[in-house]
Formats: sequence, structure tokens, C-alpha cells
Amino acid sequence: MKDNQTASRIVLDNVSHSYGETAVLHNLSLEVKPGELVVLVGPSGCGKTTLLNLLSGHIKPVSGTVERDGIIRTVYQHDGLFPWLTVTENINMGLRSVTDTAQRKHELHELIELIHLQGFEHHYPHELSGGMRQRVELARVLAGDSDILLMDEPFSALDYQTRLRMRRELNRLLEKRPRTVVFVTHDIEEAAQLADRVLVLSNRPATISRELHINAPRPRDLTDVAVIEAMKAILEELGLETK
Amino acid sequence: MKSGTIESQDPPVQLVPQSKQKSGWALRVILPVIVLLCLLFIWYLISFFQLFPTYALPSPGDVFKSFREEVSAGRLVNDIIASLWRVAVGFILSVCLGIPLGLWLGQSMHAKNAFLPMLNFFRFLSPLAWIPFAILWFHIGDKPAIFLIFMATFFPLVISTMSSVATIPSIYFRVARDYNYKGTELLTKVTFPAVLPQVITSLRVSYGIAWVVIVAAEMVGCQDGLGYGIWEARNGLRLDSAVCYMIIIGLLGMGIDRLLMQLTKQPNVRWGYER
Repeated sequence: MKDNQTASRIVLDNVSHSYGETAVLHNLSLEVKPGELVVLVGPSGCGKTTLLNLLSGHIKPVSGTVERDGIIRTVYQHDGLFPWLTVTENINMGLRSVTDTAQRKHELHELIELIHLQGFEHHYPHELSGGMRQRVELARVLAGDSDILLMDEPFSALDYQTRLRMRRELNRLLEKRPRTVVFVTHDIEEAAQLADRVLVLSNRPATISRELHINAPRPRDLTDVAVIEAMKAILEELGLETK
Repeated sequence: MKSGTIESQDPPVQLVPQSKQKSGWALRVILPVIVLLCLLFIWYLISFFQLFPTYALPSPGDVFKSFREEVSAGRLVNDIIASLWRVAVGFILSVCLGIPLGLWLGQSMHAKNAFLPMLNFFRFLSPLAWIPFAILWFHIGDKPAIFLIFMATFFPLVISTMSSVATIPSIYFRVARDYNYKGTELLTKVTFPAVLPQVITSLRVSYGIAWVVIVAAEMVGCQDGLGYGIWEARNGLRLDSAVCYMIIIGLLGMGIDRLLMQLTKQPNVRWGYER
């Protein structure tokens, strides 16, 4: 296991992207520091997912450059687990680079313990609740030698209370296994509770309309002053709250 | 909850399959039996009142007698084995060639464009149209029947495998990319398991086709087999024997479908049927 993120590096320089006539991103520049948790929020359809696809390398920008170093893995909204593999086998995918069987077994055990799913090792995803499934996804992306995690609204398919729990869970996991995280969400609470830095995107073609550093230590309660203030700032920027 | 950690707060999922109630079980056995007995009774009435002449509709009793005859002569068992063997060989051949080909076509846009019209063309050719060729190319014995079974099942299998590849959610391929699955490994560890539930369903369907076709295939170019048995009964105007063969064909078909259905009980394909 490696826990230094000196290897991780994400730099977007003047990136623009469009699908045919539709311009989606406009001259967007962004640098994510190692170990930082950056949350992108913005109106729906503003190009958040396009941005993640650029970061993961699934698409190439029309203009500008995307520099990425380190092993990148994505947590999806739902259905990211392979349904034909058990919890153990899914997490094992993240340990494919570990060749030593004993070490792999040890790692696996540790990860299962980390997400508190002892006793569910041999269950299939369809036998688990939504929250449990997302925890398995988290274990899978944290396994082995990943450096950068991209999160595409990972908790949005869960019910409200599970979502709140999963935020604390993510904080706890990242404390044990620090990673560089780019987190996309439309949930402003989530952004305010989790982020080191929130980037508010404008309407299409999206560019960064506001950058907000939240220095309060994590984990933060939903009702912490810092969280409320951050939420207010984000809502104002989105034009959803009067100044 | 004493600490701030998250201790399996998700309710544990009920994992025991919902136990079938005893009354449900009994009904599932009794109801079909009642239907079967009614059918037998109607058959008996029709033959008792001679709605058709005896030579055109044998009575249940005649069929039962001829069944005992066939068994004791050892012919029936021999015919069953011959037919099962031909279906098995033809079907396994088309599974071994058809599924890999379907997977490949499903993944390669160009290959799909190139082969799809041809595959569709052959799919609509009744396997019976191949009978003259089967006999000229393979003469008599097992080979022409195996060829016909192959021709009947190969094309539907390729096409259904190919189209189930097209329905794989793209998210699986994205995940596969994140974890470096490439080439053969991508095919065997992602594509294949992702379509397996649908492939099992199309196996059952195409096996059904095979079992229907074997009867026709054995009416020509064979000296034994269930289809030949019916053909011979017809020639001798022994419809009691023909009916007895028909019953065996139906029962064997159902039995083997039951076996294939066991494939759907594998834990790594259950997801495909329980959504």
C-alpha cells in the first residue's frame, strides 16, 4: 500500500469541449493538489460529467490540455459494481496489481473490515442495500495503489439519511487512506460538508464561476457554522438565495 | 450507537430465498396433474365414442400397450439414445462456435456490419430446406441429422449472443478500463459474464428448436431415432406407436429444458433474473 500522493497530479489548462455545435466547457483551468478534495457543483446539464470524463480520459478535449498522473479510478452513481462478482471479487479487482497472494488476502480482509462488511464477503451486489453497494465501491477504488478518485455523484441514488452517513464514511475512509479526490455533485450540502475547495460551475458552456476554500477541519457536522456559511455562499453564486 | 463510526447501519438484507409455502408447493403439483387427467379423459371419451376411426386415433389403452411393447423390444431406449446423441453433438457444436462468434461480432462494429445480413438470411431458412443437401453431403447415419441440428441452432445463437452484447451497460466497460481489463481478459471476465444470463436463456430457446428439428431430421437419412420411429409407425399405420413416440419426445424435451434451467441457478448469473 502506498499512502503518499506525490504521484498524483491533475492539471487542466484552458480546456474547452463541445459536442457538435453545443459548447459544453469554455476555457476551464483547474489544478488539483495532491491529497486535496475538490468538489464541483453546478446547475444540472452544465457539463460536470463531461469534465469527469475528461479527467478520467474517456474523452479528449477539443482544445486545451489535460495532464493526469497517477492511477485514476471512478466511483459511479450506481451499478458500478460487476453484478456477477461477489463483494470480495469486486474489491479484488482493485488489487489486481498485487501479485503476492498472501498480501492480497491481507489487504482484502483489511478493506472489508474498513467498510464494516464482515459477513457479506460472498454476497452479490444485488443482495446488498444501496448504501452497502456504494461502500463496496469505495473499498474497490481505495484498494491497492490508486492515487486519484473521481466521484460522479456517488451518493445521489441513496436516500437522505444513508447519504448523510456515507459522507461521514467517506471522511473516515479518506483519513485512513488519503487520496486526491475530485467529487462531482449537485448536492450543495454534500459540497459544503466534504470539500477542501468548492468550484461552482456556471451554466453551459461551463466555466468556473466561483472558487471557495473551506478551511474548517473535517469531519464537519451539517449544522457547523463553516458548513452553513459555505452553503450560503454556494447558493448565492447559483442564484438560489438572495444576497 | 455509541461512537461516530458507521457500524453496518444499513439493515441486513433478507438473503434466504422466500421460502415457498407448503400449500403453494402442493398446488403446483396438483393443478397440472388435474389438467393432465382431464386431457387424458377427453382423449379417452373421443376414442370411446369413436369420433375418429380407431386407426386414426388410438385409445390411451392402445398407446400404453404399444409403449410396453417398444420398451420390451429395446427399440425405444435405442431410439432415445440415438436422438439424444445427435442433438447433443449438433447443439454443442453450434454452442461452441456460435457463442464465441456472437461475442466477437457484438464487440466489433465492422464485423457486425459485414456479417449481420448474411446471418439473418440463413436464420430465416428453415433447416428442413437443407435436407437434400444434408443427405447428398453426409449420406445416411448420424451426420446429416447433426448437420441439420447445427444449421437450425447456430444462427439464432450467434444473433442472440451478438445482440445481448449490445445491451451491456457501457458503465461496465468504463469500470473495466479503470482496472485495466484488455483484450481476451476483457472478453472472458467482463463481456461474457455480462451476457451470460441472456446467453443461458437463448440456449434454452435454441435447444427447443433443436429438439423440434431432430424429429424431421431423422425422418430422412436415419435408421433409428425418435423421428425415425414416428416415420416408421406412420408407414405401418401404427399410430399407437407414433403417439407413444410423441409422448417420449415431449417428456424428454421438458426434462432437458429442466436441466438447462439449472444453469440459471448458478449464483453468478442470478443477478440477471432477479432485477
